[in-house]
Amino acid sequence: MNMITAITSDPAETLERGVAVSVRGLTRSFGGPNVLDHVTFDIAQGEFVALLGRSGSGKSTLLRTLAGLDAAPAATLAVPSARAVVFQEPRLLPWKRVWKNVALGLRGAEAKERAFAALAEVELSHRVAAWPLTLSGGEAQRAALARALVREPELLLLDEPFAALDALTRLRMQNLVAALWQAHRPAVLLVTHDVDEALLLADRVMVLQDGGIAVDVTVPLDRPRRHADAAFNRLRTSLLAALGVH
Amino acid sequence: MSGAILTRANAPALRPAAARRPVWRRVNNALRRAYMPLFILAVWQACSFAGLTSVQNFPPPSAIASSFWELLTTGQLIGNILVSLTRVCFGLGIGVAAGTLLALISGLSRIGEDAVDSTVQMVRTLPHLALIPLMIMWFGIGETPKITLIALGSMFPIYLNLFAGIRGADRKLREAAGTLGLSRFETVLNVVLPAALPNFLVGLRQAFGIAWITLVVAEQINANAGIGYMVMNARDFLRTDIIFVGLAMYALLGLGTDQTVRFLEKHLLAWRPQFLSEGAQR
Repeated sequence: MNMITAITSDPAETLERGVAVSVRGLTRSFGGPNVLDHVTFDIAQGEFVALLGRSGSGKSTLLRTLAGLDAAPAATLAVPSARAVVFQEPRLLPWKRVWKNVALGLRGAEAKERAFAALAEVELSHRVAAWPLTLSGGEAQRAALARALVREPELLLLDEPFAALDALTRLRMQNLVAALWQAHRPAVLLVTHDVDEALLLADRVMVLQDGGIAVDVTVPLDRPRRHADAAFNRLRTSLLAALGVH
Repeated sequence: MSGAILTRANAPALRPAAARRPVWRRVNNALRRAYMPLFILAVWQACSFAGLTSVQNFPPPSAIASSFWELLTTGQLIGNILVSLTRVCFGLGIGVAAGTLLALISGLSRIGEDAVDSTVQMVRTLPHLALIPLMIMWFGIGETPKITLIALGSMFPIYLNLFAGIRGADRKLREAAGTLGLSRFETVLNVVLPAALPNFLVGLRQAFGIAWITLVVAEQINANAGIGYMVMNARDFLRTDIIFVGLAMYALLGLGTDQTVRFLEKHLLAWRPQFLSEGAQR
């Protein structure tokens, strides 16, 4: 796509360095002050990065730019072409049965088998032929996750995918995403406003503030992680402080 | 209520009882909506029988039924219905095709909208029935002016509804389709057109209605076959009963086309919640 400019003259070199996403001095504005102001960061291959920020901090803008949904004329960023997005809403086509939604855009004869396999992975085998509007919120979001995974993305972009779910479903979905990430190892950018979620899932947490990356910390906790952990709590406190919550 | 709690023990017993309603009760439910029209027919018949209404101007249902039977057995009725149906089918076919084509051109591209929309909107303000004199001047009194009028009248509801449907297609779904690697053509085919289908069917329903109205008017001027011709002919011979048969046929055909659109909706929009709740889930 035209909006993606390779940082290095040779994109293969970027891959050799083990980097999935490279953002250098990305600036975005919508007529006012810059929403993103010279943002610079990398995401390694297979790395799970959570992006925190208050509402309006530009985290969704950043994700949409990486997804190629918003053009970024002056940006210098390199992203893999195999990308997939899961939005806050499932965004399934209501007139296609669940498996057809998952298979949408897949080329090749075995598209149906791949769709069924992806749906099995998210434990939706019993709903493959259902109409999307008959799914529960959690089921629909799992279908959206299957639709993203079936494309075998090198970069998985998650835009607050659990925000609209109830608390119990959210916990199950977080575990599912962690398991799927461990199985497939795409690079992940998870946009969220939930500090606990970020600490539960991510290798690294970034906080977006005033158009820039204000905090960029690795999470040195063993998996599976537990909320009760003391180190977990210390990180949470410091991240909440960075977000202006005391 | 005296604290009657529905327990596990007595709850299932209630449901089969409701399903096993007596037969007369179910028949009664099905016929409930027919009672009033039947009553009106009976009163009508009785008034005629008692000499309260003029048999000439207001023939009783029995007389209308017997003329219906006569027209049916002589084959006159079927022949005229077929002529009228053919006119509607051709006119509607052309109108729907033209409306769809224009809506696609105008809905799917800005250039198309600039080229098509303003012109269509201007022509739309003209009542198409006002064109009858012009049609007769241009095309004479054969089938062409009738079919052209029906096509013109039914084109606009299709155009307006489909255009609105295409433009109203959920932007978020189009965006999601884009992230799945769908080309523009594939997005139109998989996202935009299915999203516009409900609007199209609304347009189709309106187009059917306009087609019948146009048919009535067009057939009563210079026709030598069709329901309208039959009715105008009956007027000349003071056969009010045949006029009533003609009106009943228009009503039945209108009802039939409405059922057709309902059938289409039920099958093409099977994914919609209102149809899912009817048990159309397969």
